[in-house]
Amino acid sequence: MKFLCVDCDSQMSFEERALPGDGTLAAAFRCPTCGRVVAMLTNPMETQLVASLGVKIGGRTIDAQPLVTIRGTVATGRADVFEEGGGQTEARAGGPSWSAEAQERLARVPSFVRGMVKKIYVEYARDHGIEEITPTLMDTARAELGLEGM
Amino acid sequence: MPLNIRTYHDLTEADASGLPEQIGAQRLRVAERVGRIRRVIAVMSGKGGVGKSFVTAHLARALARAGQSVGVLDADLNGPTAARLLEAGGARLVIVDDAVLPATGADGVRLISTDLLLEDGQPLAFHGPKADRFVWRGAMEAAALREFLSDVAWGTLDVLLIDLPPGLGRFEELADLLGEAPEVLTVTIPTTESRDAVRRALRAAIERGAPVLGVVENMVGGTFVGTAGDDIGREFGIPVLARIPWNPTARVWDALASNWETGS
Repeated sequence: MKFLCVDCDSQMSFEERALPGDGTLAAAFRCPTCGRVVAMLTNPMETQLVASLGVKIGGRTIDAQPLVTIRGTVATGRADVFEEGGGQTEARAGGPSWSAEAQERLARVPSFVRGMVKKIYVEYARDHGIEEITPTLMDTARAELGLEGM
Repeated sequence: MPLNIRTYHDLTEADASGLPEQIGAQRLRVAERVGRIRRVIAVMSGKGGVGKSFVTAHLARALARAGQSVGVLDADLNGPTAARLLEAGGARLVIVDDAVLPATGADGVRLISTDLLLEDGQPLAFHGPKADRFVWRGAMEAAALREFLSDVAWGTLDVLLIDLPPGLGRFEELADLLGEAPEVLTVTIPTTESRDAVRRALRAAIERGAPVLGVVENMVGGTFVGTAGDDIGREFGIPVLARIPWNPTARVWDALASNWETGS
């Protein structure tokens, strides 16, 4: 998917992605020559189709989690099916802390997907050198990483 | 006056989304996992209710008893039975770094199935827009199949049996994901109706390039009457690897496990 500024005949660059939370997606692209910004807006069905491909508009900034589509989209999953078994990521010491509000918000995530969501936020915080995970950080990460419904 | 717009391939700068690269990375991930598996075999039939899952589970157990490392991927996402058939119902799935460890069932068979993932008695349902679900549901199921192939740490396997639902759709998805059609073991019951449905599916699989190991005739000697196994064997030049009676013993499955290696 590429965007062309027809006036400048320049390929536009990805600027940012936003998930308003209503199932739609917005992705902004900027012309490097004239600075014009256009937004691609997808309806819920189109957003879902992109999600089903397991890809992210604007590219990935962290590695995909195992069974990310299944864990992120199955609505009838068994609550206790997944068990975090540690491994290299978990073994990394000195992880970020969670504010009380962030913990509360995480607790509201369905348990079928909670482990994966937690891991994604921890990795995002680590990658950005952030020591405490807050709801604001969760919102930022969610939009930046395209975590619709998480 | 028409605009003189450059087209996709005229734009040579990499796009930030890199969707083809993301898809390519997914394919590579599948290839890396499957690369550690000696044989990938799809158990298929054009007909529902012929006992594909039953044959898959018991063949897997027989192969495991014979000393092979065996996995079962239940690709019947909407009618999963592998966990129950392999006595792994309720098993938890352990996540380690970038993969999920398969559950371990009877005789050490490793397995993954939506049977393990779903709440008891619940259908496979996805979050998403309620209108026009037919547009995206198939894509979601294909994504689930891809993740079962790419994200499950099967380890080194002698055989991965893939239990397909009736029809051809999932087989096509599987062949696309693998990059080539897998070997096929087909299952029928003796009836003419089953034979005709299986013939269609088998022909399509062969046209896709699938090598066919043989046919298993299931539910023989009971209510169902006919010669479907022999008919299919003759038409496609493939062996009838087993005729499974009602209430088969372990010896019957062991014989199938032995026959399919020799093609007899």
